[in-house]
This record gives sequence, C-alpha cells and structure tokens, in this order.
Amino acid sequence: MTLAPVQIAAIAGKEFRDRIRNRWVLAVALVFTAFALVIAYFGAAQQGAVGFASIEVTIASLVSLVIYLIPLIALILGFDAIVGERERGSLDLLLSMPITRLELLLGKYLGLAAALTLSTVAGFGLVGLVLLANLGANALFHYAGFVLTSVLLGMSFLSMAVAVSVFATDRTRASGLAIALWFFFVLVFDLLLLGALVATGGRYGGEIFPWLMLANPADVFRVLNVFSLDEVRSLYGLSTVFPEGLAAPWKLTLVMTSWIIAPLGIAAWRFER
Amino acid sequence: MESVLLPSHESADIRVGSPAVNAEVATPVAVAPIIRVRGVVRDFGAVRAVDGVDLDVSGGELFGLIGHNGAGKSTLFRMMLGLLAPSRGEIRIDACPSTSRGFRAVRRRIGFLPENVVLYDNLSALETLQFFARLKGVDPSGCAALLARVGLAGTGRRRVREFSKGMRQRLGFAQALLGRPRLLFLDEPTSGLDPEAIRHFYATLRALRAEGVTVVLSSHILAEIQDRVDRLAIMARGRVQAIGSVRALRERVDLPVRFEVRVSAADLASVREALGHLPALSVATNDDHVAVECRPDAKLAVIAALARLGDRILDLSVREPSLEDVFFGISE
Repeated sequence: MTLAPVQIAAIAGKEFRDRIRNRWVLAVALVFTAFALVIAYFGAAQQGAVGFASIEVTIASLVSLVIYLIPLIALILGFDAIVGERERGSLDLLLSMPITRLELLLGKYLGLAAALTLSTVAGFGLVGLVLLANLGANALFHYAGFVLTSVLLGMSFLSMAVAVSVFATDRTRASGLAIALWFFFVLVFDLLLLGALVATGGRYGGEIFPWLMLANPADVFRVLNVFSLDEVRSLYGLSTVFPEGLAAPWKLTLVMTSWIIAPLGIAAWRFER
Repeated sequence: MESVLLPSHESADIRVGSPAVNAEVATPVAVAPIIRVRGVVRDFGAVRAVDGVDLDVSGGELFGLIGHNGAGKSTLFRMMLGLLAPSRGEIRIDACPSTSRGFRAVRRRIGFLPENVVLYDNLSALETLQFFARLKGVDPSGCAALLARVGLAGTGRRRVREFSKGMRQRLGFAQALLGRPRLLFLDEPTSGLDPEAIRHFYATLRALRAEGVTVVLSSHILAEIQDRVDRLAIMARGRVQAIGSVRALRERVDLPVRFEVRVSAADLASVREALGHLPALSVATNDDHVAVECRPDAKLAVIAALARLGDRILDLSVREPSLEDVFFGISE
C-alpha cells in the first residue's frame, strides 16, 4: 500500500487553512494564553502568594487546566471531520477523486492536528516568554516539555474525535459521543479507579492501578508532567501509587503515541468498510 | 446511431419489471463500451436499491439516466464511480473493475458533478478548483481558464459563500472538467441554472462529446434532455426498464400522435365528419377544436386528410409523444 503525499497534503492544507481563515486557531490560542497567564500568576495563591512563583507550581497548575481544556477542544475540532462531509454531501465528491479513504482520513487528521498544535504552541508559547523573563532559561526547558506533552494529549483526543466522526451516522450522534468521551476520560475515569481502590480498601487492584492509568491519555499526560519535577510529584502524591520504572518519560511518550495511532487505525479500518 | 442492436442478451423485448432483461431498443454497437454494467445488484439491508442492471455505454456517447426519486439512479451512479461496491455483479469502467485497486488510476479520467454540489464556503472559486486539481493530480495552472469556460470568468477571487446556487453549480461543473476527463458523470447538472446557462451547459457538453468525451447524466427535467442525449435508460424500482434513443423508445411504446385542429364553429360538424373515416384511434370535438389521436404509422394519412380540408382549418398543431409520455408509459 503506497500513500500519495501530494493528495494528503492537499487535504491537510485545506483543513488547516479553513481553521486559520475562520479564526479558530487565533481564538483557541487566545483562550490558552489567557487561562495560562491567569493560572500561572495565581497558581500559588493557595500557598498565600501570587506571581510567577516557580516552574513546578506553574506546571502543576497548568496540568489541571490542560487536562480539562485540550481534550474538549480536540474533540470539538475533530468530531465531524468525516461525518460532517458525509452529512453535507461533499464526501462522495472527495472520494470520487483519485484518493484513497486512508489518504483522506490522514489528510483530515494532519490538517486538524496542525491547527491544534499551532494554537497550543502559540497560546502557551506566549506564556513561555513571560516565564522566561521571570523564572529563567532552566524553567523554560521544563515548560517546553509541558507544551510538547500538551500537544501530544491534544493529538490523542483528536485521534479519538476523528474515529468518532467515522463511526457516527450523523453529526448529532457524533457530538454526543464526543462529549461522552470527554466525560469518561476527564471526569469519570479517575473517579472509578479511585472508587474501586477505596471500596476494596486497597486490597485489590493496587498492582494494576498504574497500568489502568495508562488506559487514559489524560492520566498519561498527568503522570508525564508530574514525574518530571520532584516538587510536583510530591504535590500530587502520585509517586506512592505509580512505580517509577513505569513512569520513564520515553515509555509514557510511547503510550501517548499509541493513543494517537490506535484510534486513528481503528477509524481507518472502519472507514475502509 | 440507431441501426444495430447490441448482443442478444441485451436486445430482448421490453419486459417491465423483469430484473433479468433490459429492454434495449435500437442501440448502437458497443465495440468497446467505456461503461459495462453486468448483473449489478445493490442491497441496503432488506431494501434492494438496484436490482439486476445490465448496461453498456459506448465511448463518446451522451447517455441519459432517468427515473423517479428512489428508482436507483443515484445508487447506480455511486457504484459506477466506485464509491459503493455492488452486492452482486460487476461494473467495469474503461475495462477496469470499479472495486479494484487499479480503479484509482481510472478516476483520474473521470469527472463527477454530484446532485447537490457542496463546495467549501471559505475557499475562493480559484482555490476550490486548485484544491480539487491537486487531489486529482492535475496541474492547477489551467484552473482560471476552466472558470472562464463555465462562464465564471472574473470570479476567481470571490469566496464560494458569495456564490448563487447557479454559480456554485457552474463551479461544480468546472471541477468535473478538471484534467480533461474522458468520462463525465453529471447528476442533475442543470439544477439551479437559468435558461441561458442551461443552453451554455449543453453547448459545452456537445463540444465535449465532439472531442470524444462520454457523458452520463441524470435529470428529472425530461423535456430538457429528450433532444440532447443519444440514448437513455429508464429506471424504476431499481431496474432498467428500457434503454434506447428517444425516437426508438417512442416507437416501442407506441403512444399516439395527437393533432389539434382549430376550425370555425360553422365548419365543426363537417370537419368532424370528414375526419371520422380516418385510421385514427379517436376523434373528439370541443368548441372550435377537433382533437385527433392516431398511431404513429397513421400520421401521414391523417396529415393528407387534413390537407384536403383546405381553408376550413384555421390552425393546426401536432404533438408527438414527449419523453415524459414515454417515461410514464414505460415506468408505470
């Protein structure tokens, strides 16, 4: 199977240009900048201080923001990628071109991923400049890791959104499914894990608990950022339940990458049927 | 174009409703049909949308596909474009099976205009064509000339969202013409076009046909296509009920020719009596009119009889069965 990069680039370019033209990228970047600035400045308020305190506290505060915001934005961005074209009636025209369904899917995904990445990097990048001025270059190194993992988190949820857009029969169902995914992974998943752990008095599931966390890209993102900084690790208290061997950044990055590839692969399989 | 029948399996008598037999009427020889449809069935769950269709379309032919909503035209279109696989049977375009991997290369030679052309509001007309040109692997530098060809010269920089329905339709047509296709599938191509644009559209089709381009078009506006297609297929209930030129289908269905003769009130009775001996199916009077219906082969005898009435006839109109009459005669 050979892929045609020109056709994929044409689809991706059109998707990306659409998001630039309708000011989606600008709007999302501004939202990220505003929230990140406020949270970075007031993040240490609980400890009785305001201002850009330390990179650890800043990242700890931003992690929570990103876990709520980026999955939601990625799901909204991608939920109608395919089903929207089908519902508008433009899918047949696209597929009548000398392009495979996989190329169309990849083009769509890459274009949307580029838009999401640009808005994430631009939004948090502005805050990065402020942090550089206040906290120094070393802080920026950790912050760059945080931005990179934020991009990966966005791409994994975007991948799920594109899968939803392939499976759903109409846009209404697709939006419902996307919201359900957000609720499950961002709000319910950890609650269920914690509930199961507490209900069993910690007797069962202790060993598989960290593995189960890998089944949620939002948790993988959290652990990636928590384990990279000592102060944040203790702040979250997660080091007691998450073995350090499993928390190696390269392993977690691999898991996160799997969360990008797997839903996209399932979507491609379904779309070909 | 109407003298030789296709091979025997396609030249059987009309049997309305028979899935196995297409009614092929005086069809041109298909030496190397560019479209070959054999025994194609398509089911959607329990619903059979296309039911045993056989069809050949020759290179350079302008072929019409007509039928009620839900007759199976769009499903057949989608299968011929390789967008949908037949449940049974086979479709070959330019000798290539529509479900094969090699069909991708065939698509470069196909242009398609969907029924409800949906383009991207954020793109300009030129960007739209350039986008589809890249998808088709065509040099985008010829896009501006293509806009001019469909009557959209000077609109290249305008966003599609500013376009009227007719302009979108023209832009969709320009998109279908990208890469000089050898085969065009046009689904309701004149939808939203004004009369002048429709005339321009068919003039373009004639020019393309002269270049050897094969055109398959579907339309609900039967009067519009009856004098413009070489042959057409009438679909109903998922089956091709009849195929042939409009003239051949008329002869096959054997619908009456109708004469409307206007005479003065004083002459009405004598004219009625004079026409009573004609080999006509019916002669009826109404105020100052005499309506005569006859079989097509009696047409000349009726005209000769009318000529003998001389100046007692104030006016005369002859109405041949229209494609609509033929369509209802066959599909119902």
